[in-house]
Parts: sequence; structure tokens; C-alpha cells
Amino acid sequence: MSTAISAPPGVRPGGRIRYGFSDGMVVMRRNLLQLSRIPTVLVFELVQPIMFVLLFRFVFAGNIITPPGMTYVMYLMPGIFTQNAIFGSTTTAIGLAEDMKKGLLDRFRSLPMARSAVLVGRTTSDLAKNLILVLLVIGVGYLVNFRFQNGLVGAVAMILLVLAVGFVFSWISATVGLAIKEVEGVQAAMFTGIFPIVFISSALVPVQGMVSWIQPVAERNPVTIWANCARVLALGNVALPTDRATHTIPTTSLEGLLAWSAIWILGLLIVFVPVSIRMYRKLT
Amino acid sequence: MAGAIVAEGLRKNFGSVEALRGIDLDVASGTVFGFLGPNGAGKTTAVRIFTTLLLPDGGRAEVVGLDVVRDAEALRARIGLAGQSAAVDENLTGLENIEMVGRLYHLPAAEARRRAGEILERFGLAEAGDRQAKTYSGGMRRRLDVAASLVARPDVLFLDEPTTGLDPRSRIDLWAMIRELVHEGKTILLTTQYLEEADNLADRIAVVDLGTIIAEGTADELKDQIGGEVLELHVKDPAQISQVGQALSGVGIGEPSIDQEAGKIRIPVGADGPAALLDSVRRIDDMKLALEDIALHRPTLDDVFLSLTGHAAEEEQEEQASSGRRKRGRRQGQRRDA
Repeated sequence: MSTAISAPPGVRPGGRIRYGFSDGMVVMRRNLLQLSRIPTVLVFELVQPIMFVLLFRFVFAGNIITPPGMTYVMYLMPGIFTQNAIFGSTTTAIGLAEDMKKGLLDRFRSLPMARSAVLVGRTTSDLAKNLILVLLVIGVGYLVNFRFQNGLVGAVAMILLVLAVGFVFSWISATVGLAIKEVEGVQAAMFTGIFPIVFISSALVPVQGMVSWIQPVAERNPVTIWANCARVLALGNVALPTDRATHTIPTTSLEGLLAWSAIWILGLLIVFVPVSIRMYRKLT
Repeated sequence: MAGAIVAEGLRKNFGSVEALRGIDLDVASGTVFGFLGPNGAGKTTAVRIFTTLLLPDGGRAEVVGLDVVRDAEALRARIGLAGQSAAVDENLTGLENIEMVGRLYHLPAAEARRRAGEILERFGLAEAGDRQAKTYSGGMRRRLDVAASLVARPDVLFLDEPTTGLDPRSRIDLWAMIRELVHEGKTILLTTQYLEEADNLADRIAVVDLGTIIAEGTADELKDQIGGEVLELHVKDPAQISQVGQALSGVGIGEPSIDQEAGKIRIPVGADGPAALLDSVRRIDDMKLALEDIALHRPTLDDVFLSLTGHAAEEEQEEQASSGRRKRGRRQGQRRDA
């Protein structure tokens, strides 16, 4: 083994900064074109949230004790939006695995494009897709009597929060996709990972009804923080949680929830963006 | 290092499998170099190293004077890649595919679009340019693939088995296009399993097997290596093939190669073709065996390849009996990597 050769390729920061964004946008455009050619993908992705809404709204609702002053559908829908953004991120891993299988990643990797571009393009196109999905699921919510109650600013802020959460999970998903490399494996891995994270949270049901030893876990789960924050943004202070977990910043105010939401979002991005880009660079 | 593509002692392992065992190469600018070998020989591994998709484990490689590891980023702007190592997006139209690749070579948007149009025209895809690539035939897809790799007008082009899986007509079309590129002075490294293809397109050919180059030269030089002519016999009844083989022992100057399935026997006969032909006919007639056909051929690359790889495989089996066989099998299982 020659030592000179084993070193990783020299990075040219100039090129990366200059083209990182524009290359990412070229790939994003390609992904969105692809999505526009096969819009049925969106339909399939809509089936799941609709099923969850119907099941929880009409099957479980009567057995779930909601915080005072709130009907279950009001409680549920912000959680569904959050959950849906997280589930929706699976497509990032699947898209990457498919590109890998078809040899498209090889083509991209042989081009002088920024090493971050394929991942930036994929996560941003999935962000755009998630926006469409969130709007559609909000429509579904309105059909089953959900209403925003905190004004337009609150509603828009909730949508932005939910999209940010989806974006974070897209990068996690990218990391998983690059590690597993196969579409079927990716699907299985994402769901076994995501289901417990989403269900051991306040996304669909209040933490108070959970077994006592699981409550502290659920209360510290970032999904709980995001779902609670989404709820307050959508519904106003009536939705503020009566949280018993002692966070360093209390999560019983909107400010606290926003702060923790941002901390988790940025923290996860700081870890998973460089990790996934590094994995992309090291693909063989 | 003066050539457009140069390698010195290039090595690559996948786990315990040695995909490349020290490849030396020097491809002159403006020529076509053929990498000829069976599946798993290491052709694709070499291409993946030259195109910066894979880091070598040892040795060095340069393309247009740029080191494939140290100067990877600069190098990517100078090369094009098509074939089994690259692909087109079938949900995009032909035009969109090429435009996208052009943009990713950092051509301005308008320029990428203009060139995409030009290049589609040139590859006979102008009319299909607005259709999604999934509607294309295999030959059209491959043409699109090659077209995409040319959009930035790279100095060096890597074509990894560009015609594998194509029907004969599409293959000939693609050959014509590759020849045109050569006239424009591009340097091309072409990998192929088809001897005819290397013979047709390549100025120089390296025969690769089990990660090493076992012969290198022009097609004629390689043919001369096994010397003179080849006598080919086609038996009427395949069941008699071993009898025919026995009857001919001692004819010619080398071991006969017997293709049981096709019912064919090929014997290198050196410069003494006509005498060997007469001798064979006499022997077979004496044994009352029947022939479908008998003819003298100038050697094809097939003969070269069989004689070279047959020889190499024997040597390896003597040296490292079972391990060589196991390696070959594993490598074929790892087709995508190798």
C-alpha cells in the first residue's frame, strides 16, 4: 500500500463554496422534475397520514383523554403534521438508494460538482415535497373539523416548524440510505427506527396516559417537543403542555418550546449533515 | 508521465479479493485504448479508479497529467464517463438529462441547453429529445449515456462496456459514433468483453485477466503473438468431437481448443497452414469421421484471448491451486464492484 495514494482527495474549498449551492439546486430541480413525472408517489404518501387521521380521529379518539379545553382532533392534527413530516423523510433514503442502484450516483460522483450537491438536492426537493404534503394533510384535517386557532402567523410558523423537522429527518434518512444502500433495507430500517421515536412522544396521544417509567423518555423525546410546539403555534396557549420533566429551559412556555425545538433541529443538522456528506464522499 | 492516461503499479483490493494486482498503462493522447477481458477481470475497477469513483490501494494513476487521488476535483472537469458505471435518469427527457449533466460540469444554463440540443442532434436523438428516457430503446439509452458524457467536451472519455447488451445494429451505430470521436482527437479508454469490438475500435489493446494485464499491443501484434494461422474444424456430429480431437493430435503447433457445444475445434498451425489442412482431412477421412466445415483462418482476437488466458489460468492453478479458482468465482459474484 502506497501512503501517498491512500490519502483522501484534496478538497478545493473555493470550488465547494462557489458551486455547493448551485449544484444542489440543479439536482433539486431534477428530483422535482422526477416527482412531477410520477405524481402517484405523492398519492401513496398521502394514504398513510389519511389513515392515521381516520384511525385516531374515529377509532381511538373516544379512549384518549385530552388536556382540558381541547377536542382530540385539535390535539391530534398538529401531531399528525409533525409525524407526517418525519415519515415523509424516508423518501430521502429511498431516492438515494435508487440513484445508487441505477448508477446515477456514479455519474454524479464522476462530475466536477460539489460533493454536497446530491444530498442538498435530495433533502431540499424532499422539503418541497413535504410542503405539498403538509398542505394536503392540513386539508384533510379541515375535513375532519380541525381548525387553526392562533391566526395566520401561528399557522405559518407551525408549517415552517414541521418542515424544519422533516428537513432534519431527511438528513438522518440520507445517512441511513447511504449506509444501507438498498431500497428495501432502507424502508425497513427507517420504519423500525422512526416508529418508536414517533409513538413514544406526544405526537398522537398525551404523555400523561403513558406508563410512568416511559413518561420521562417521552417528555425528553424531541418529537414531543416539536409536536407540543406545533400544537401551541397552531392552537395558542390553550395547548401549552403541563410538562413535569425538568428541562434546563422550561418547556411549558412557547418560548421554551421554540428554543428547544431549535436546539434539537440545529443539533441534529450539525451532526448529520457532515456525517452524510462524508459518507457520500467515501462511497465506492 | 506523458500519456493521456497513465498507471503505474495500480492496485485495488476488495477485502481479500485482489481486483487489480498492479496495472501499468500508458495511453497516448488522441488514441483509443481497449481494455479487453472477461467479467471480473478488473476492467471496471480500473475505470472507476481513473474516474475518481474509487481510491486505489497502491500505485498511482494520472489522467491528463492530473493525479486521480490528489487532483481528483480538477480531474473530474476534464473527463467523461459512460457505460455500465454511469447512467441516465429515465424519468427525465433526453434533453433534460444532458442539460443537467452540462450544468453539473458548470456550464452556464443557456450554453448547457444549446450543447444538449447539438449533441442530441449528432447522436440521432433530436426527435426523441423531448421524450422521457424510459421510453428509449436500449441502444438509444446507451447513445444518450455517451452523449451526456460528452457535453463538457472532455479531453478523455471512459466508456465502460458501452455496447454490452445491445443488439448488433445498435452496436454498429455506437461504434460509428465512437470512431467519429476519435477523429476529433479525443483519448478514449474503452472496456469490453467483445474481442471484435476492441479489434474494430482500439489502436492498442490490453488483455486483462484476474487483475493483471497479460498482454498488450496492437490487434495485429497480439495476433502475431500466437503466430500464423488457425485451422478451424466444425464436426458434423458433436458426439464425435473427442474422436476428431484425438485423430488430430500432433497436427499444428499448439494445443487445440475444443468447443464442445459449438462442435468446433481450433488449432494454431503456424505458417504451415495448407499442409496441416491436408493432413487433417486425410486423418479424418481415414477414421471415417464427418465434418461440417473446415477452414484456415488468420487468427482472431478470440484465439489470442483463449491462448493467453488459458495459459495464465493454468499457471495460476499450479501455483496456488484452489485459491485462484475461489477468487475468480468470488469476483464474478461481486460484479458491481469489479
